[in-house]
Order: sequence, then C-alpha cells, then structure tokens
Amino acid sequence: MRGGRFLLLGVVALIALMPLFAPWSKTFLVLAIAKGLAVLGIVVLLRAGQVSFGHALFFAASAYVAAFAARLLGGGELLTLLVIGALGSGVLGLLVGLFVVRYRYIFFGMLNLAFSMVFYAVLEKFYHYTGGSDGLILSRPSVLGIGLERLPFEYTLFYVALATAAVLGWLVHRYLNSAPGRALAAIKTNETRLEYLGISARGTLLVAYVISAMLAGVGGTLAAVMQGLVTPEYAYWVRSGEFVFIAILGGAGHVLGAFAGALVYEGVRMYLAVLAADMWQLLLGVVLLVIVLFASEGLVGLWHRISGRFAPAGREAS
Amino acid sequence: MSQALIEARDLHIEFGGVKAADGVDLSVHESDHLAIIGPNGAGKTTFLNICTGYLRPKSGTVRFDGTEITGRSPRWITRRGIARAFQIPQLFLEHTVIENMLIGAAARDRVRSLWRPLSASTARDEMMELLELMGVADVAAQVVTALPEGQRKLIDIALALALKPRVLLMDEPTSGVSSQEKFQVMDTLLRVLAHQQVTAVFVEHDMEMVERYAERVAVWDAGRIRIEGTPAEVLADAGVQRDVIGL
Repeated sequence: MRGGRFLLLGVVALIALMPLFAPWSKTFLVLAIAKGLAVLGIVVLLRAGQVSFGHALFFAASAYVAAFAARLLGGGELLTLLVIGALGSGVLGLLVGLFVVRYRYIFFGMLNLAFSMVFYAVLEKFYHYTGGSDGLILSRPSVLGIGLERLPFEYTLFYVALATAAVLGWLVHRYLNSAPGRALAAIKTNETRLEYLGISARGTLLVAYVISAMLAGVGGTLAAVMQGLVTPEYAYWVRSGEFVFIAILGGAGHVLGAFAGALVYEGVRMYLAVLAADMWQLLLGVVLLVIVLFASEGLVGLWHRISGRFAPAGREAS
Repeated sequence: MSQALIEARDLHIEFGGVKAADGVDLSVHESDHLAIIGPNGAGKTTFLNICTGYLRPKSGTVRFDGTEITGRSPRWITRRGIARAFQIPQLFLEHTVIENMLIGAAARDRVRSLWRPLSASTARDEMMELLELMGVADVAAQVVTALPEGQRKLIDIALALALKPRVLLMDEPTSGVSSQEKFQVMDTLLRVLAHQQVTAVFVEHDMEMVERYAERVAVWDAGRIRIEGTPAEVLADAGVQRDVIGL
C-alpha cells in the first residue's frame, strides 16, 4: 500500500516536472488532464453500472459557458472561469439528470447521447450566439488578477490543471468509498434492496450524475482555456465515445485509471498522428482490443497484476 | 391487547382475476410474532408487498402506528420503521457482508455517515455485533456471492435489522436453511427480535415453525383471512388441517 502511494507520488512528480524539461508537453498534458477529468465523470457513473455515451455535452456546455463568461467579464479570471464552467455544467447535469436517471443501461446511455447531439445541433445552428461551426474564441484569462504572456500562462494553466486533477481525484476517491458512493455501486447489483433500506436509487444516481457532469465541466473549461477556442466538436458524439474508450482503457471504475487512460490515449494519439497519420484510429482500436481481451480491468488492473507478481510473498499488492 | 401497530382494513387486490386480497382486515400488535400461513398463491406475500409499498391495493387502507401508509413508496415506509426480509435474499452481491451491513447502517443514520469512508464507519462494531447475534460474524469479510443460500438468508434478515425497525416483515425466514439449522436460526432470530424489541410478521409454510415460534397465526386463504388465533387454536382447526396443512 505504502509502496503504491510512493509510486503514485513519483509519477505525479514526474508529470509535474515534465514541462520543465519538455516544454512542448504542456498542451498535451493539459488536454490529457482535461479529458481525464471528463473520464472521471464517466467512471463515477460506471460505479452504478451506467455508461453515458453523451458526456461531451457537459464538456462542451462548460466550455461555452466559460467562453460567454469570459466575454461578459472582459477576459475573466482563470479560477472564476473554472468555477463558472463547473457550475454551468452542474446545473445542466441536474436538469438532464432529473430525466435520464429514470432509465438504466442502454436507455440511459442512448438518452445521454441524444441530449449531447441535440446540444451539438443547437451549437451549430444558433450561429449568432454560438459562432456556429467556427465556434467562439476564448481569450486568455488573467490569473489572480495578473495578465500573463502565452508561455507563463501555459505553465500556470498546466499546474492549475494538475492541482485541480489531484484535488478532484482525491475527492472522487473519498466519495466512491463513502456510504453514498457504496450505495451508488449497489444500484448495479440490487436497486430494489436499496429502496427497502430507505435509500432513493434515483436520488443517489442523480447526485452522482451532477458530480459527473461537473467533473466533465471542469475538464471542458480547462480544454477550452488551453485551446483558446470552443467549437461544437466539443459536444460531438465522437468525443463522448472517446471518453468511454479512455475509461475502459484506464480501467473502468478506477480514479487513477481515468487519468492513466487519458495520458496513454493522448500520448498514443499524438505519436500515431505523426507516425501513422492515416491510420491512427485503427491502431487505437487495436490497442483497445488488446486491453479488452488481455487486461479487462484496463491499465490500472494491469498494473495491479504486474505489481502483484513482484510483491514479496505473503503480502498482497496494494 | 396492545394497540395495533399495523392495521389493514378492507384490502382488495387482484391479479388477472385472481383475488389475492378480498376484503382483508388484519392487525399486527406491538411485540407480536404473527405468522401468516395458507396455501400457495393465497395472497400471503401480497400482504407484505402492500404493507411495504411494493403494491398498491385496489381499495382499502393500511395504517402504521396511526399513519396511513397505503400506496406510499417502499423507501418512505422503510424510513418510518417497517423493514423487510425477502424469500430470496436481496443483497448487494459485489460487496462484502460487512459492507452490506454498513450500507444499511448508513441508510439508517443518513446525514451522519455522508462523507466518512464506509470502512471507517462508527457503526462497524454495532453491525459486527448484529452479525454475531445472527451467527454469521465469521463471514463478515466475505463477498456475498461466495456464501451459501442459508447464510445469505440470515444476512438478509440482519440487513433489515440494521435499520432498527419497529416491525420486521419476513417471507419464509428459514427457507433455504437446512432442516438441522432452522430451529437454531429461529431461536437466534427471536432472541435478536426480543433484544431489539421488534414486532415480527412472517409468512411461513413450515407448521413446526409456526407452532413453535408464532404467538398468533392468521390463515390466508383465497384472499381472505379464514381464521385467526393462537397456534394451538388455529392448527387444531379441522378445516385448516385439511386445506392448509394437508392432513
């Protein structure tokens, strides 16, 4: 257990230092963290056995909310935009959640997809407000009242993203291990019993859904601020599928898996796009096939298996 | 006689023309151990389903401690003090036994346990004690799917008791338990019920159990209460012996 924690700290430290030695990695890492947060939202819902195929809705909604807020506030403040983005997606999550938590499994997944595609169409068609397919430009916000140049801003954004991911990851870990988190997992196996314990299965799932939407929202805002541009592509179904893909790759159900999956996915995608521009999707598909066939618990499960093999006899791997 | 805790009046419900309750009046009193017996399909479990909000009667009312609970949700009714154990155990299969119990304790203590990790729950000792009383403490760390049906049954009852209910409704509490163990299980169960001052209603097919553990017996036949009284009175009735017991 302790060894695992040290290793985790080591990996986080390595990631924290990486942009200092490889400045090009800032953008890649911020985008990976942003997607990791959205995937964390998927992981929360997976605890209840529910898969959302439309979580890009919240990723995009928060990005647009942040873009509108930045316009209204004359550029805005980074932390304010993150909070506004999260709250915006949280409110939307509550509204959508009130409807979708009544459904389970494929209906739950497809309803989420439907909502995200409706939102995508709205973003495309309401050109005067959303900029249509051109999207909205999000100018660089200030940080604690200081307007930064591009390079220092990107470094700052990276460390804000890293700290946000660490704090939210820890909070989600706490939540999943708390009584409401365990009740959420119980939805998967026995919803009837949950009701007969006096716990509302729908209420439990709704809370998880709003949390999940807010996580995707923080991710969406980070991505939007990093890229400086928000387009309807943020809400497109491919993006939602990408989140589910990463969740499986990382290890469905694991907090760390969300970020590990996002880092590997973005890394593989980035290199494959350079080395095999025409077939990177095909190769990513092969990677997922291998994971599903040989490591069904994803990267985190694979890590547990490997560390278990090398753990001293008589001790369980953490 | 003490005041009625559950009071069902003129209950009517039918399924596809078959009357499961046809004007049923039945009262459960504080500290009662009421057994409901009757032929298969007579409507015994329907009574439990109505009392716990799973079914809404076509007409009639159910009151719990003076408050009407007819048609209320299982969640609402459970929170007011009626717990249920099932004929087929209803547990959280991916969780360990103690986790199941701690979810039950958290449901009971709602606000207090909102943020604390379940593994650090203050109710752990209390739940272990309850498992000890039910004789299943030794499997507390095991995942439920790994356990035999008899033990799951006991844990299902323990989970209902974790809520500290005023009334426990049980559907054949010893079905699935071996014939050697069933008396031991019921002895244990009644001791726990007495310890927690829980009123009990149980649907039962085993007349030996009824004779030994019920204080009152109601015979449910074709949607009606045919006869009600002490086990000695009811089981001595010639009609009951012929139609229900099969002598």
